Amino acid sequence: MTYTMWIILTASLVSVACSIVGVLLVLRKMAMISDAISHTVLLGLVSAFLITQSLDGLAMFIGAAIAGILTAVFIQLLNSAGVQADAAIGIVFTFLFAIGVILVSMFARDVHLDVEHSIMGELAFIPWTTVDWLGIEGVPQAVWMISIVLVINIILLFVFYKEFKLSSFDPHLAAALGIPVVFLHYLLMGMTSITAVASFDAVGAILVVAMIIAPPATAYLLTEQLGKMFVYSAIIAVLSAISGYYFAAILDTNIAGMMATMTGFFFLLAFLFSPTHGVVIKKIRNRFTTYSNDEA
Amino acid sequence: MNPVSTNNITVAYHRKPVIQNVSFEAPEGKLIGIVGPNGAGKSTLIKSILGLVPKASGNISIYGKPYKKQRQIVGYVPQRGSVDWDFPTNALDVVLMGKYGQIGLFRRPNKKDKQEALECLAQVGMEAFANRQISQLSGGQQQRVFLARALAQNASVYFMDEPFVGVDAATEKAIIQLLTDLKSKGKTVLVVHHDLQTVKDYFDWVMLLNIRKIAFGPTEDVFTQDNLQKTYGGRLAFLDQESNGVNPLA
Repeated sequence: MTYTMWIILTASLVSVACSIVGVLLVLRKMAMISDAISHTVLLGLVSAFLITQSLDGLAMFIGAAIAGILTAVFIQLLNSAGVQADAAIGIVFTFLFAIGVILVSMFARDVHLDVEHSIMGELAFIPWTTVDWLGIEGVPQAVWMISIVLVINIILLFVFYKEFKLSSFDPHLAAALGIPVVFLHYLLMGMTSITAVASFDAVGAILVVAMIIAPPATAYLLTEQLGKMFVYSAIIAVLSAISGYYFAAILDTNIAGMMATMTGFFFLLAFLFSPTHGVVIKKIRNRFTTYSNDEA
Repeated sequence: MNPVSTNNITVAYHRKPVIQNVSFEAPEGKLIGIVGPNGAGKSTLIKSILGLVPKASGNISIYGKPYKKQRQIVGYVPQRGSVDWDFPTNALDVVLMGKYGQIGLFRRPNKKDKQEALECLAQVGMEAFANRQISQLSGGQQQRVFLARALAQNASVYFMDEPFVGVDAATEKAIIQLLTDLKSKGKTVLVVHHDLQTVKDYFDWVMLLNIRKIAFGPTEDVFTQDNLQKTYGGRLAFLDQESNGVNPLA
């Protein structure tokens, strides 16, 4: 595998893993929770480091998952105590992230944990940290991590597909039927957290948020079937990753930033030209119907 | 044994009672209307029976057992406005959701489930719309899809939250036909309703509710001028609060 291929592969795996949780979050109108979680996992990472004094992968994962779920719990608590949902997200997000930033700068300055890195990521360094596992050599650590998370996301999606579907569409009926609505909510928060932590070391929090929200929102404009929404969203996410890489290479700029830009570009295309929802297409269609009315 | 029996249920929101000490025994095989002014707690009453809102106190049983053990025999039609009709799915899929409880964890709906869901759509005259995107259905058609979903639950007791709101005449007829069919099969249906004009035509029994239960019984006995005055007149709520030691002017 070449250097370029590793970067594209990593970004593609990240984008598919993110788009899976993203579809569920967007349909539940909870997209901005991913913004909070993808930042507050920093607190989980630095706490795990302070407790274990190592950058061991598993401890990092557990720390991040706990931080992500706590973020969701706190947002829920504030919200049910009467704070507006968006304000609750903003407060918990900035508060926990800020604590993470302070802890990093106080205790973890010398280790491989820094704030700028957590926001922007550094895809260009990925191919150089490799781990041999299962007899396979020379695979970057980031690829292992994100592959494991992707497999977990796919398995959970398949196992709980109809439960996720019903509890997203009609939580009241889901609860009345005995579907564990609360468990599914926190399961999704856990999935979002491990996806964010596995992704953000490689690509940074901004690309994580972009990949979680933009491709599902684009797919939402292109299909009216849930199954297809997952597929389209994954395809759009991968296209954004690949095209973003090459544009970044041409313009000699930040790779993750360019990939995030591409997710926005694809969204704009769908927003204007989607056969069912596109603004431009609707205008054209209206003009035609007006003409035919005039003739009649 | 009664299909639905409640003993002194109270539900409070921020310490203020939404429903208070409501006890009733619903008879089997009847169409039962629940009426009362806005904010009387009609929806809250059925949600508390279904365990969707926490109770401050009281007991509920469905055919003598707690609701949690009887989910399979209870059908629920939430208010149409409570879900997002832009959700990417079609009418048949929504009806199939009614069967998710019976299908159970880790399993997918099979051909037989789909066939049964189609039959439920046919019972509300919607079989031609099975593959139609739900956002492209009219309000009345969406309501009929919700009813078909409840039929797919194949329950003995049904709870319906304002099924007649905002529907066209054809849908209203379809709902009445459906209620009559359910009754003839011995099912019990509790319907939250707010159109007083139609109560006598639609329902065998009626509950008049305004935070407390004002009256409950056969429609001809209970649906009286006097009881309506008690339910809808502002004076009673005022006196009621005073008798609880709460001064409304404070």
